[in-house]
Amino acid sequence: MTANDPSPNHLQLTRDGQLRHFLTLDGLSQPLLTDILDTADSFIEVGERSIKKVPLLRGRTVVNLFFESSTRTRSTFELAAKRLSADVLNLDISTSATSKGESLSDTLLNLEAMASDMFVVRHSQSGAPHFIAESVTPGVAIINAGDGRHAHPTQAMLDMLTIRQHKGRFDGLKVAIVGDVLHSRVARSQIRALNVLGAEEVRVIAPGTLLPRDVEDLGCTVEYDMARGMKDLDVVIMLRLQKERMEGALLPSEREFYRLYGLNQEKLGLAKPDCIVMHPGPINRGVEIESAVADGPQSVILNQVTNGIAIRMAVMSMAMGGQMAERQQRQQEQQEGRA
Amino acid sequence: MTALLDIDQLLDTLESGLRQILQARGVDDPVLIGIRTGGVWLADVLGKRLGIAQPFGELDISFYRDDFSRIGLNPRVMPSSLPFDTEGRDIILIDDVIMSGRTIRAAMNEIFDYGRPASIILATLIDMGARELPIQPDVVGRALTLEAHQRVKLRGPEPLRIEVQESGQ
Repeated sequence: MTANDPSPNHLQLTRDGQLRHFLTLDGLSQPLLTDILDTADSFIEVGERSIKKVPLLRGRTVVNLFFESSTRTRSTFELAAKRLSADVLNLDISTSATSKGESLSDTLLNLEAMASDMFVVRHSQSGAPHFIAESVTPGVAIINAGDGRHAHPTQAMLDMLTIRQHKGRFDGLKVAIVGDVLHSRVARSQIRALNVLGAEEVRVIAPGTLLPRDVEDLGCTVEYDMARGMKDLDVVIMLRLQKERMEGALLPSEREFYRLYGLNQEKLGLAKPDCIVMHPGPINRGVEIESAVADGPQSVILNQVTNGIAIRMAVMSMAMGGQMAERQQRQQEQQEGRA
Repeated sequence: MTALLDIDQLLDTLESGLRQILQARGVDDPVLIGIRTGGVWLADVLGKRLGIAQPFGELDISFYRDDFSRIGLNPRVMPSSLPFDTEGRDIILIDDVIMSGRTIRAAMNEIFDYGRPASIILATLIDMGARELPIQPDVVGRALTLEAHQRVKLRGPEPLRIEVQESGQ
């Protein structure tokens, strides 16, 4: 199997359909995505308590395995694991073992020897979390924290949670994703999630040079003109311009991009008056979005960050729970086999 | 086959038992917390009977269950809701049925994550015995001994009724 396998569910689901890894939204059903959102709602309440901790992952070890640096994603995963009472190890691999020539498999074997129960993996190569999930010892859960251009499923789910909080539903919603879709694993996961959850229309708004080939096949419509694209929107999601990934002449200039595809008050005024503005961060102010909009009343960008902790708590506890239920089943079957 | 127990009689017993213990302990401003789902229905009824104006709290103990490592997370978990500060309060904790005592342990752990209450009184409608932990209710509607194949269940919320079901045959 490869990362492009359209049905990776034999890998991420148990026989009973419980989550045991969280690698991609591909193939996950609407009821399961809704379960994730509902569970996250309960974890939001935990975040409002005097002691923001529940004992679900007490005694478990979670390793944040970041082959690509990140501040927000890594710190919200860390906080999520700590609020579940897990012990957390943060490994910034880009600056350690692999630079000394250790292979990925050897790094993993060493970490497994430390009795880790869960790896949260971010990698610049698409499919790396799948590869790890296939090779890891049974009982260890893998959570994808972003792989290459492929997927960033927890980010997409925290965005869905934010949309549901503000809109109360998905059906009938018109949602646009604006900007650098080409380099965006977030956009791919968002389009998937919005389709499964039943949004009426998912629109991508971008110059042709920043769209992947056959983008419509992902389940969206395409609009090159932002003014036309903003019409009737309930939700607008701005993407970060991934300058570090730009190779060659994809963009005339940042100023030109901002003029055509940057979100300002005037363009936002073309959407529905209650349209919410989202951004996965980090924001490039004045490149994708005007400060007045990013900090304005329609912006829910900071809600997204708060929701990120709750979604990660939900996914981590569901995957760990699936692994443990499976472990229990295996033990029972072994005992019955012996008897 | 379904046998019915008289719910009103059990509620009367619970109410008078609670009045006695509140008076004996000198508690004059208690708050109610019900454990989902049956305990929440009972908290609603008992709150009215005892004249407690403060809205009752609802606990979902899924995040505190001790069988997570065996069966995973309950997919039907709902947010807990305590619409008051528990710190220093006298709490009446209510559940429909007590058996092993594990639910109550989980519920008390959860309550303490909201703050340190002054006291907790435990009230359950039915005590099935079969305890596995050193936890005893302060007030019980009725003790009940069933055959191994029987289960008791509170149905509600309107009307509340108790069913004894024959199962596992």
